[in-house]
Amino acid sequence: MPGPDGAGTAPVLSVSNLTVTVGGTAHPRAVVSGLSFDLRRGETLCLAGESGSGKSITSLAIMGLLPKPATRLASGTIRLGDTELTALPERALRKIRGDRIAMIFQEPMTSLNPVLSVGRQLTETILNHRDVSAREAERMAVEALDAVRIPRAGERMKSFPHEMSGGQRQRVMIAMALALRPDVLIADEPTTALDVTVQAQVLDLLRDLQKDFGTAVLLITHDMGVVAEMGNRVVVMRHGRKVEEGETKAFFQAQQTPYAHELLAAVPRIGSGPGRQAVRAFEKPLALEVNGLEVRYPGKGGVLWGKGMPVHAVKGVSFNIASGETLSLVGESGCGKSTTARALVGLAPYSGDVVLGGRNLGGRDAAGTKQAKRDLAMVFQDPYASLDPRMTAGDLVREPLDIHGIGTKSERRERVVELFERVGLSPDAPGRYPHEFSGGQRQRLAIARALALRPKVIVADESVSALDVSVQARVLDLLRTLQSEFGIAYLFISHDMAVVENISDRVAVMFDGRILETASRDQLFSNPRHPYTQRLIEAVPVPDPTRQRERRTLVPVLAAQGAAPLVEVEPGHWVATVH
Amino acid sequence: MSEPIAFDMTTAVAAPPVPPGAWRRLFKRPLAVIGLTIIVVAVLGAALAPWIAPFDPNEQFFDGLSLEGAPLPPNATYWLGTDLLGRDLLSRILYGARTSLVIGIVANGAALLIGTLVGVTAGYFKGFIGGVLMRFTDLMMAFPALLLAICLAAILSPSLWIVALVIALVNWVQVARVIYTETSALSEREFIAAERTLGASGPRILFRHILPHLLSTVIVWGTLGISTTVLLEATLSYLGVGVQPPMASWGNIIFENQTYFQAAPWLVFFPGIAILLLALAFNLVGDALRDVLDPTERGRD
Repeated sequence: MPGPDGAGTAPVLSVSNLTVTVGGTAHPRAVVSGLSFDLRRGETLCLAGESGSGKSITSLAIMGLLPKPATRLASGTIRLGDTELTALPERALRKIRGDRIAMIFQEPMTSLNPVLSVGRQLTETILNHRDVSAREAERMAVEALDAVRIPRAGERMKSFPHEMSGGQRQRVMIAMALALRPDVLIADEPTTALDVTVQAQVLDLLRDLQKDFGTAVLLITHDMGVVAEMGNRVVVMRHGRKVEEGETKAFFQAQQTPYAHELLAAVPRIGSGPGRQAVRAFEKPLALEVNGLEVRYPGKGGVLWGKGMPVHAVKGVSFNIASGETLSLVGESGCGKSTTARALVGLAPYSGDVVLGGRNLGGRDAAGTKQAKRDLAMVFQDPYASLDPRMTAGDLVREPLDIHGIGTKSERRERVVELFERVGLSPDAPGRYPHEFSGGQRQRLAIARALALRPKVIVADESVSALDVSVQARVLDLLRTLQSEFGIAYLFISHDMAVVENISDRVAVMFDGRILETASRDQLFSNPRHPYTQRLIEAVPVPDPTRQRERRTLVPVLAAQGAAPLVEVEPGHWVATVH
Repeated sequence: MSEPIAFDMTTAVAAPPVPPGAWRRLFKRPLAVIGLTIIVVAVLGAALAPWIAPFDPNEQFFDGLSLEGAPLPPNATYWLGTDLLGRDLLSRILYGARTSLVIGIVANGAALLIGTLVGVTAGYFKGFIGGVLMRFTDLMMAFPALLLAICLAAILSPSLWIVALVIALVNWVQVARVIYTETSALSEREFIAAERTLGASGPRILFRHILPHLLSTVIVWGTLGISTTVLLEATLSYLGVGVQPPMASWGNIIFENQTYFQAAPWLVFFPGIAILLLALAFNLVGDALRDVLDPTERGRD
């Protein structure tokens, strides 16, 4: 049986001295330079690195899918078995793609065709590469869906991508990739867009399938937890070069290079992390009090079909935050955490009470609304999307002051300079446009903007999720410093349990529009009471191969339950009663 | 009726915020300079027509026709030849530039302004206002443009400004549609949501954050509109509801003479070239303007 101990056998895929350049032949700049690695049968090799390290470009180069004419394969060889891929014409490459090398991408919704049923897409892939009858292809497709554990595979063949959940779509992608039993599977951030519990299932599935089929997997990821869990070997990349290569276990025990060491040190872990601090206790005054918040979105409907059923996104959420405290709202996608944030900042109509600094925002008049917007700021997930690309950084940060008519022109300018300094941006930054900053700098810019009005509460909706770990650590640090300086209360919304464990004073777990459990950070992580919370914490991949999470102890998917009263099980620890 | 349109035009031109150095960057682009030169030449030709035109554009010269009564091809006296009535073509093109520039810039600019306002309002406010505006736009779109123009021109007595107004009232529809679609897509973008959380007012979001993003679309439609409006004016003139003879316009010179295209090609060729060059010039300048005014292109090759 092929297994990860296939060392010694000839490599299935061998990349040597690969160099990819951008900028044409006149001013070439290498995005991958001199990269070499081997991938053996039945092995999982993780290509790890931060954004811009060239890991995705490497996978595209192997597939022969480098975007032309922007990028060029300057030198190097890529051998699949005995075939030299770089020398093959496009026609021959097409035969190999999907058949001998298959690829799965990060976002399954965009890589599946939305207007074709999944069955059709699967059979088409098979028919493209195998000389079989349509009936036979269909049988193989059902078998593939069965293999990725999609229940009632025969019936699901007729489903369309939008009728499936994110995890199921990624399973379909895997089924499509593995239907032809390829030698090599390239998985480019396959679970990054998925919830942790779903991620755990998909990773389990990948591992089982690999065991059954003996496929060699090249797993591209930024997540050290995933590396620890999946990889036999790991290659760390930075600026297009290989920094370090080694067996996963040995790598996590001791890193050879300072960069790899820093990279691992920056990864937030439950129970430890670069900026973890002790839980602080807070008494009054309350900065924000939310009582029975409900949000309904009107159902879509036209003239002919009438109104659809309204979507009840948030079904009665109550919590409060003291000045200077950090409350995290965690949960998986669709649990209503972002909707709660949008309702608080006035982007979604709600019912219930929101009391901000002693004033109830419900039924607020225009002036009251404007005041509320001064006291409550929001930092979005993607700063590139949430900053007007046509305005300079200085104008963007000054704008809140302009809107609320604060200070004279020169006072505003001084304030902007001060804010830039405060968030650690260089003095020449105000004249630049958002696209001229790096991801982390842009998020600093968004934070400066949120700070401009000296708010009492900042809602941070997945504000560090899109950042590389090292940058993430620095931004979290900044948020913490600003909090202690200005006494701002944070409502920190995230799906990343490790980050939440690092930054929060208290945590509330949301599911299906309700809060299931709320407690201080230490109580929640050391003694989770609700099965859903337990499951969330268990599913987090741990960046340590010796401390693997127990697999398949996961409780079955929680059914949406009705309103359950929260019961105090210990001081400050409230849990919804389980049916 | 003339003032409001002229006024609208100035605001439309003044609207896009020009960052310092934009002009200098514009002049660095050879194609833009060529375009600007053509526009300046056309405007000067139109403005100085009474002084630089060799003849009176409406005088029918006896020696402007051959013995058989045929128009003369380009020669030493009549540089661009003469038309069917023995009038000097060069003079007519110079005077015609006045009409065509007014139509191409004023009528087209007004159409652009109406279309942008309707599109932006409907796209941003959606709901009832948006619904009413867009259904009205659809109605206008479904109505044959030429029929509408003829009706309007027949009701109002024909004059240059009325023709400009009629063209504006017919041509804003497509602009409104396109701008509506773009605005509704823009207003869903996250940075607009971010502005709302800061307490920005509707007009502020519209004028500071949405309009600048529409600039490139507006410029493209503006330059495309110049040739179509010039030709629409010619169509109207041909049908007798446009500029009244003997007043010259590039469009009506072509239309008057198109049946003699084979015998006297210069009569169609020269005004045709004039329209083409003008449209091309605006296209070149528009393209360059769009790039120069887009800060997101800064620092990229």
